[in-house]
Amino acid sequence: MSTILMTHRDDLASKTGMWLFLFTEMLLFGGLFIVYSVYRYRNPIAFHQAAQELSVFIGTINTIILLISSTTIAMSITAIQKKNKKLALSLLGITIILGLAFLVNKYFEWGEHFKEHIYPGSAVLALRGHGDVLFYGLYFFMTGLHALHIIIGLVFIMVITFSIKKDKIDHENYVLLENSGLYWHLVDLIWIFLFPLFYLIT
Amino acid sequence: MSTQKNFEEPSYLDHKGKYKGIFSWILSTDHKRIAILYLFSLLTFFAIGATLGLLMKLELIAPGKTIISAQTYNAFFTLHGIIMIFAVVIPGLPAVFGNFFLPIMIGAKDVAFPRLNLLSWYFYVTGVTLVLISQFTGQGPPDTGWTFYAPYSFRTTGNMLPAVFGAFVLGFSSILTGLNFLVTIHRMRAPGMTWLKMPLFPWTLYATGWVQLLATPIIGITLLMIIAERTLHIGFFDPTLGGDPILYQHLFWTYSHPAVYIMILPAMGAISEIIPTFCHKTIFGYKFIVASSIAIAFVGYFIWGHHMFTSGMSGTALYTFSLLTFIVAIPSAVKVFNWISTMHKASIDLQTPFFWAIGFLFVFMIGGFSGLILGSLATDIHLHNTHFVVAHFHFIVFGGTGFAFFGAMHYWYPKITGKMYDSRWANMGLIIFFCGFITLYGEMFFLGMKGMPRRYYDYDEIFHTGNIFSSLGAVVMYFGLAIIIINLVSSLRNGAKAPSDPWGGKTLEWTIPSPPPVENFEEIPVITKGPYDYK
Repeated sequence: MSTILMTHRDDLASKTGMWLFLFTEMLLFGGLFIVYSVYRYRNPIAFHQAAQELSVFIGTINTIILLISSTTIAMSITAIQKKNKKLALSLLGITIILGLAFLVNKYFEWGEHFKEHIYPGSAVLALRGHGDVLFYGLYFFMTGLHALHIIIGLVFIMVITFSIKKDKIDHENYVLLENSGLYWHLVDLIWIFLFPLFYLIT
Repeated sequence: MSTQKNFEEPSYLDHKGKYKGIFSWILSTDHKRIAILYLFSLLTFFAIGATLGLLMKLELIAPGKTIISAQTYNAFFTLHGIIMIFAVVIPGLPAVFGNFFLPIMIGAKDVAFPRLNLLSWYFYVTGVTLVLISQFTGQGPPDTGWTFYAPYSFRTTGNMLPAVFGAFVLGFSSILTGLNFLVTIHRMRAPGMTWLKMPLFPWTLYATGWVQLLATPIIGITLLMIIAERTLHIGFFDPTLGGDPILYQHLFWTYSHPAVYIMILPAMGAISEIIPTFCHKTIFGYKFIVASSIAIAFVGYFIWGHHMFTSGMSGTALYTFSLLTFIVAIPSAVKVFNWISTMHKASIDLQTPFFWAIGFLFVFMIGGFSGLILGSLATDIHLHNTHFVVAHFHFIVFGGTGFAFFGAMHYWYPKITGKMYDSRWANMGLIIFFCGFITLYGEMFFLGMKGMPRRYYDYDEIFHTGNIFSSLGAVVMYFGLAIIIINLVSSLRNGAKAPSDPWGGKTLEWTIPSPPPVENFEEIPVITKGPYDYK
């Protein structure tokens, strides 16, 4: 009698749900952006000088990496729509590799700071004054939270890749791929704001 | 009719699903079963919170140490606050009655994401468990109050991390419920149900959904910052590291003020259902009630500063927040006028849910007017952090949301359980509860005016008489509450069988059997008329 339970699918509902979830993610980071602006306004000189110590080179590389990865995941959606499973899989593979490359860069970048004893709670950092403490506190917290989102996004994409391999996602049913694409674009977009705020505005 | 009966589906209570026993509940994705899961867990946590409240009132019956120590008192008001706010009144009506009735009232078979719905219940239980764990592990329970104000929240030796993280997880659960409802309302209304043919309870859930979605992430990130502050010493809100504790208060209230609209909007929705049903009359000014719900949700974002009048803000900010606080009272008053006008010249059927609605109007108006007193700058300086604030808050949140919750419980009980309750006991419980409530919290207004501060386990002798009244009120209220709950529970066994429409309601939930079948509707209804069509 109740065999028809939950057989029907509504892709537009899934996508609406994803967009609403992305709003919450934006507001999550929005709170941090407010904290950043308040402390930047109060410590303009310290933020200016501390920002000059960050490696614009690694930051730029990471920006390019994320932008390309956003392109590849968008292309994989088109590939699925055109029933080209092999191309979609390799494009998703590239996205995953680029995401991992971002994290590796981040690891080396953070490693450099740690070598100079610059991390939250370090005595060396505390000696440099309040402005630096806040700048690096925000830097580690915000890029850390962003990196966590990259990891979550990568896990999603890996699951999706696996489902495409098993033909659970195909040209008729690819809303999950679209949703993970949306998530990945959001992660990319947040980085587009983090990059100038920490690296470029000096 | 008889042939139709043969094909009738089993009710959601009798349905044999994939799993048996308790698993048929905790693994069910049926919105009705999830609502029952929420109801039972919520009532359990409510019992814990209410008992803590009673113990605090007993401590205050005489000056000095009566039954618990100062530190225990601090831990009690903290836990009472966290549980009652994050685990009882915020999920309250949306998670229980919203889950059960939103899909039915808009003519759908379930919410848009049934599995996500179950997941948010698991988040809910995990969150509360974490909060409760914080009481029994580490170096003593949290003692900051439910507001976790900086810098004390990362200086205290109390076990803050599980409590703060628990509140974060509860926020996540709230976001997922709000998201689910928004998509459900957008995508799953029955054919013909245009936006302005939607009943008012779903409308308030819609407004609430947006507040849950757009305000909760702010508290999420703020709580994460408190966690980072405690574990990594980042300095966001620590003045010794350059941070600003006032900034914490701003971020905290940016969520926590809209959160009171998460609590009260669905309550107003439930009242808007009860009143036309028992007046047998179309609700007065449907469009104004809809618009006022949206207006409350919108303006509610911009008034958080009235929690911080004494914290240090610019004069302009003070005036602006005070003015906006007065403005948000307008849509709430519009609703009250509409409810009263609906009753005008109606043939009112005096039943228990209607008495709850009347009780709601009474206490909600006292709560609302006392809110205006607190919203004006000069009086707030005198009343800030006194028992007056506690009284105002409990009149709105326990009086408003609590009365609406019990009203909704008595209104929809026949539909949910398929049984009628004993209305004589229900009315008696309500009267005792009401008298206790007024004695308990009404007295606090006077204590606050005289200057008795909140959050102290001890007080000066001049406050003694008032506190005796207030504490006795708490005992009476607790007793009334027990009668109400025992009556509802025993009616499960002894109650008469409920017809599909015991009150003569016109919304869709009264067109289907009580208790509803698994799929709600045999055939999705086509809507041609407005929701309260009594002509």
